[in-house]
Amino acid sequence: MKRRTFTSVVAGLSLAASMLGSTAMAQENMRIALVVKALGIGFFEAAAEGAEEAAGELGNVEIIYTGPTDTTAEGQIEVINSLIAQGVDAIAISANDPDAVVPALKKAMERGITVISWDSGVAQEGRQMHLNPSSTPLIGNTIIKLAADHMPDGGDVAILSATATATNQNAWIEAAKAVIPDYAGVNLAATVYGDDLSDKSYREAQGLMSTYPDLKAIIAPTTVGILAACQAVTDAGKIGEINVTGLGLPSEMAGCVDSGATKSFAIWNPIDLGYSATMLAAAIANGAEAAPGAEIPMGRMGAVTLDDTNTAAMADPFTYDSSNIDQFKSIF
Amino acid sequence: MKQILASRELLLLTAIGLLLMLIAWRFPGFVVPSNLVVVFNDTSPLILLAIGQMIVILTRCIDLSIAANLALTGMVVSLVNIAVPSLPIIVIVLIAIGSGTVLGMLNGILVWKLAIPPIVVTLGTLTIFRGIIFLLTEGKWVNSHEMSDAFKAVPRTDIFGLPVLSWIAIAAVILFSVIMTRTTLGRAFYAAGGNPHAATYAGINVGRTQFWAFTISGAIAGLTGYLWVSRFAVAYVDVAGGFELTVVAACVIGGVSIMGGIGTVQGALLGALFLGIIANALPVVNISPFWQMAISGGAIIIAVVLNAQANRTPGRIILKRAEHAT
Repeated sequence: MKRRTFTSVVAGLSLAASMLGSTAMAQENMRIALVVKALGIGFFEAAAEGAEEAAGELGNVEIIYTGPTDTTAEGQIEVINSLIAQGVDAIAISANDPDAVVPALKKAMERGITVISWDSGVAQEGRQMHLNPSSTPLIGNTIIKLAADHMPDGGDVAILSATATATNQNAWIEAAKAVIPDYAGVNLAATVYGDDLSDKSYREAQGLMSTYPDLKAIIAPTTVGILAACQAVTDAGKIGEINVTGLGLPSEMAGCVDSGATKSFAIWNPIDLGYSATMLAAAIANGAEAAPGAEIPMGRMGAVTLDDTNTAAMADPFTYDSSNIDQFKSIF
Repeated sequence: MKQILASRELLLLTAIGLLLMLIAWRFPGFVVPSNLVVVFNDTSPLILLAIGQMIVILTRCIDLSIAANLALTGMVVSLVNIAVPSLPIIVIVLIAIGSGTVLGMLNGILVWKLAIPPIVVTLGTLTIFRGIIFLLTEGKWVNSHEMSDAFKAVPRTDIFGLPVLSWIAIAAVILFSVIMTRTTLGRAFYAAGGNPHAATYAGINVGRTQFWAFTISGAIAGLTGYLWVSRFAVAYVDVAGGFELTVVAACVIGGVSIMGGIGTVQGALLGALFLGIIANALPVVNISPFWQMAISGGAIIIAVVLNAQANRTPGRIILKRAEHAT
């Protein structure tokens, strides 16, 4: 009996020692995991660059840039579980599904890991705060304005989105629909989904052109979609008739702007977004409180104030056209 | 036997006809010739890959790496095009076929010499190929403005009203129809899959036949890789992600038996067209995106059930006179 107590005490002590050891190591180097929708997407590669920049400024931060190879919630859950096993200090995620990843993220928070979402959000119970790249109403307004600016007489426009379940896409589309009455003559004819696959998006764009012969603009708030739509419009010989606009990356859109298929498009700076997400994750992991009304600093990007749902917006989207595309296409 | 085959393809042809009528009822513009050309052109990559996949499935194997091979080869030729924009397109095409062939041979060697189950081999190479694209590019995209104009022009050049992409698919259908029915190698594919033991006794090296099946499938995937990236004018890691399953589905719908030994080029063609028409029709008939997947999936299952019915060999009657007597 005595002996058993002794062994358990020893075991307890050594366990405590090993835990002390691991906390000590964590203090040496904070590990922040940047979990993206899928690896190999230019936007997220640029965000990772921003995260590295933030890590460089913070000094003691190590960035783990990771994500599934395809845009699925299942893949992200696996990634999250492996990050929990590795005992990272913070997870900053752009979610493929707002709800599916919640149980895994809750588990992470129970283990003391700081969890924030950025870009595409997670339901409130699954994260401590969410950083929107911009405010949803502003993006919704921007994408409609981009189209309306080039159609003085009004006409039909259509939205080509990613998947029908993408959180951010749906929020932007809702916001866009809300501002359409402000633009006289602009009529949203349809909303279609290309699933962020080039072939499906191309086909959906072709479908739009044959269903709505008088279409004036295709608005694609997704990088895969806008490129596919631009190619479909170019192949159909409808450059000048149909303006492809929405959200895209300058490096990918340069060809479309040169050919005239796209007159202008917008995007926030993904480098700034990755930078801000990392700064916020580090601040919260270091003890900053994430509660409604709290103001959290994010380095050179200033500070954000959280609203009732612990959500904050980074900055306004920026418009690119033939006048500035060459300057930005080599950056991201 | 021939009658059953003919009737199965006839069944599929009827199904395609009904499908077109159904679509025409909702959206008459779909069946005008100019749109059907667009649909056929859009389905051409699927037709090409389905022919390659069919040959592999005939030999009781499966090639899950076919879309990853396409993506890797597409990326390789895109990078070559960036490095040497003045390279003639014929050289690009040869590089594409060559690269695809090598990748296909890799599958073939592993299946033949190491006797690893093909599903495991190609599942492994699928990940490896996609991984190599990532290593080559560090996840960066190759975009339309980086590709040369000649590079992008080939699949969309119009010859007698059809784009080159469509003509390549048509040429492949004719070429492989002849190979599969008129050459020793073509017949060996059927023999190796239909009854490997009998094939061995007949002097056919089953492993080597499977190797050639993978090689051909790889070569086709490589060529399609170039056509794919030049058509969509973009190359990235996830190009044609998950497309291998669509290709297998096209084969199964086209009456290619997963157990090997049964299947025709015409079947693969019809299976691919069936899926291609559905994929192109769903955007124009204005159906909720949530239903689109269910409809594609449902169509696959219905087609497979019909095929299974047609495939079911009736019990052989040994004593005809006794049968009639009862």
